[in-house]
Amino acid sequence: MNNSAILKSKIFTRFLICAFFLVIGAFPLPGFSQEKKPEVSAKRFDPKDVIMEHIADKHEWHLIGKAYIPLPVILYTDKGFEIFLSNRLQPAGSVYKGAHYNYKLVGNKINVTDGAGKIDAAANKKMWDFSITSNVASMWMSAAILLAIFISASSAYKKRVGKAPKGVQSFMEPLILFIRDDVAMPNIGVKYARFMPLLLTIFFFILFNNLAGIIPVFPGGYNLTGNIAVTFTLAIIIFLVVNLNGNKNYWKHIFLPDVPFWILPIMWLVEISGIFTKPLALMIRLFANMTAGHIIVLSLISLIFIFNTLWVSPVSVAFVVFIDAIEVLVAFLQAYIFTILSALFIGMAVVEHHQEVI
Amino acid sequence: MTGGYGPIGAGLAAIGAGIGIGQVGGKAVEAIARQPEAISKIQTNMIIGMALVEGVALFAVVVALL
Repeated sequence: MNNSAILKSKIFTRFLICAFFLVIGAFPLPGFSQEKKPEVSAKRFDPKDVIMEHIADKHEWHLIGKAYIPLPVILYTDKGFEIFLSNRLQPAGSVYKGAHYNYKLVGNKINVTDGAGKIDAAANKKMWDFSITSNVASMWMSAAILLAIFISASSAYKKRVGKAPKGVQSFMEPLILFIRDDVAMPNIGVKYARFMPLLLTIFFFILFNNLAGIIPVFPGGYNLTGNIAVTFTLAIIIFLVVNLNGNKNYWKHIFLPDVPFWILPIMWLVEISGIFTKPLALMIRLFANMTAGHIIVLSLISLIFIFNTLWVSPVSVAFVVFIDAIEVLVAFLQAYIFTILSALFIGMAVVEHHQEVI
Repeated sequence: MTGGYGPIGAGLAAIGAGIGIGQVGGKAVEAIARQPEAISKIQTNMIIGMALVEGVALFAVVVALL
């Protein structure tokens, strides 16, 4: 049995999933039994803080109520690496004495402080934060789930050659064929097979993470595609794929289009900025759609707390259900739009001169 | 007026989105009325057009929030 057969076997994927959860669970979890002191009762409910706290990235994985999983904090200071669990930084404002420096959580960011808690700005600039935050851990979880689904679908295809699809296969097959027939082939043309893995990965990654952001409880509830760093990475990937696969026709259109010579400088400005703005638009479109959706849902739920009565809740819940339905549509739509625009850009880069795709 | 003008910008972006999506939707419905057999093609293109218009409005909302 060679290595790739092991990697593709079902047992290995299940092992990976169990290993992931065991590794996370092996860290000591004092967070579960921690009691919070009663808060100062006269604090007004500020929706902005609650919303930002739910949308932004954090150093622990929040489960239900006050239960959370503390995640490792990995810092690279100029004196070396520093690794500890994030519950050493709770409750908020406490100073953790690390091996090289002292650290304190201010909002979501970790700052270097001296012994008494005063922030040391110079050392802060030299510190790089490589922590496993909630977004990172949830991205690994979603990647593991996606791998499980697709590896089981592909192994089912190998075993049931020629037979009708069954189970996970039959669920994935319409989507995969849809991407191939309606997104990749019309836009990329003859060479679509090279780019199918990329398009499929992008579509299902974005779709899965969008849908998980709508589910409020544990296997969901993380805001990954609403994090601009994640969408930035996806856009960079598209940028690199398009420009590294651009053939002579593509570069000719950018630098020497068929226009009168005196327009050429303006065309250069427009075309070269177009190389950058197309992925940039992809990035912002996905980020803004997802974040706006989450903000709307959280604001409508906060209505109950702002008015501070129970009678607002039927209205609020009705609104939230309606907006959640729209969010599901937007989740599918944004994944589809990202994929089809990527296919369009790739198609523009690889098209030959005599087969201009309409 | 003192204070941030962000929310005003976001509101204006919403007006732009409303006009844009209304135009796309209206023309799509007219096209369906003219040729009901093409309804699925028209619908697909309408959804794509709406998502792109919405994207532009959301760029403005993002800038307004910052």
